[in-house]
Amino acid sequence: MSKKTTITAVILGLALTGAAMAESHMDKALKDAKDAREAHMELYSFNLSLLGRMAKGEMPYDADAAGKAAANLATLTAMDQARYWIEGTDEMSIDETRAKPEIWENMADFQAKGTALVDATQTMEGAAGQSLEALQGAMGPLGGACGACHKAYRAPKT
Amino acid sequence: MRKILLSFVVLALVAGISGWVFSAPRPLNQVVFSGLEGDAARGRHLFDAGGCAACHAPEGAKDDARLILSGGRAFASPFGTFYAPNISPHAEGIGGWSVTDLGNAMLRGISPEGAHYYPAFPYASYIRLAPQDIADLKVYLDSLPKSAVASRGHDVGFPFNIRRGLGLWKRLYLRDAWVQDNAPEQGRRLVEALGHCGECHTPRGRFGNLLTDRWLGGAPDPSGKGQIPNITPGTLTWSEADLAYFFESGFTPDYDSAGGHMADVIENLKRLPPEDRAAIAAYLKSIPAVAPATPAE
Repeated sequence: MSKKTTITAVILGLALTGAAMAESHMDKALKDAKDAREAHMELYSFNLSLLGRMAKGEMPYDADAAGKAAANLATLTAMDQARYWIEGTDEMSIDETRAKPEIWENMADFQAKGTALVDATQTMEGAAGQSLEALQGAMGPLGGACGACHKAYRAPKT
Repeated sequence: MRKILLSFVVLALVAGISGWVFSAPRPLNQVVFSGLEGDAARGRHLFDAGGCAACHAPEGAKDDARLILSGGRAFASPFGTFYAPNISPHAEGIGGWSVTDLGNAMLRGISPEGAHYYPAFPYASYIRLAPQDIADLKVYLDSLPKSAVASRGHDVGFPFNIRRGLGLWKRLYLRDAWVQDNAPEQGRRLVEALGHCGECHTPRGRFGNLLTDRWLGGAPDPSGKGQIPNITPGTLTWSEADLAYFFESGFTPDYDSAGGHMADVIENLKRLPPEDRAAIAAYLKSIPAVAPATPAE
């Protein structure tokens, strides 16, 4: 191998590695956003689980614990989530997500549904520590707010 | 040679005539519905349990808007795209229909003009209802707001666009018997007739016929993407209380929430009395387990 070919090969190799790194860097940013929003959903579910088990009578009602879980939910919905929902993280673009591309086509509606969830968690925050009946009454609208978004913007399980 | 040709012509004629006869709509006699007094409160319950609004209200309609049954929602399937029609009590909908007309539509899939409906309209489930149910539902439907929106034609290709062929489909597959003979009755009526759960949760054969030996055993989503779950004891591990709570709130035992068309179904189920949700849960726990589908090769 002549010196010239070696240099060309090295440059070509470096260029390819660079491109691959850029690619995987990009993938990582998208995957991080997807992972972060899934982690956020897990936290909803973890706190909802306590409220739901009380509502169903699977565990005794505890006003203090219920109030705290509801406050967590309200805090979670108030967090800025713009960086979770970046372009290119829909189910057509990346693996292991069920986020429909329609989210980015109807961003205003998606955000309106998010606002409805904020309202439902605030109602729950007001209700959960009051009484079991109040907690049970707030579960339905909260489930409706979750479902409204999942209905429109989450693809079926494969 | 002429003789052979002649016998071919005769054969074709016989096949054609018998096909025509066999595919003819077979409406119910109006005597079945005569003298029935409808009850609006019962009709409203049937409306919620039957999930009418889930298909016939416009996409995304909430609360009172769910009662304007102007149609228009699209349902993709391997046979084409079906559009839910206007069924509000306006001339564009079912204004002017008799109880017999509604009965023939819901129990036999036949329009007042005598045409076959596509079974995307779940008359193959509603066929298990009684004439009194139709009379009750009629009174309630007539009390709802009118919408002047014109119904949209279905996008269905040849040969499925020949509605007469549906007459043969009905001869082969339309049955009014219960699927599960020994299941508890209240839940069975809600699942097999009104709720028409089997229409999505049971797999279909080549001609869109439900494969009842895998009843509620899960099926590919008709849109071509995703899977509708098996809800028999074959895979469903939720307790009856979990199921009833899912129907009420949309929350799974893991505190995920229902999405897709099931979120629409929850909109109906949450309006039912608690004993209905419990009855559906009891039915689901009682039916034969269907093994999980083997992955497609």
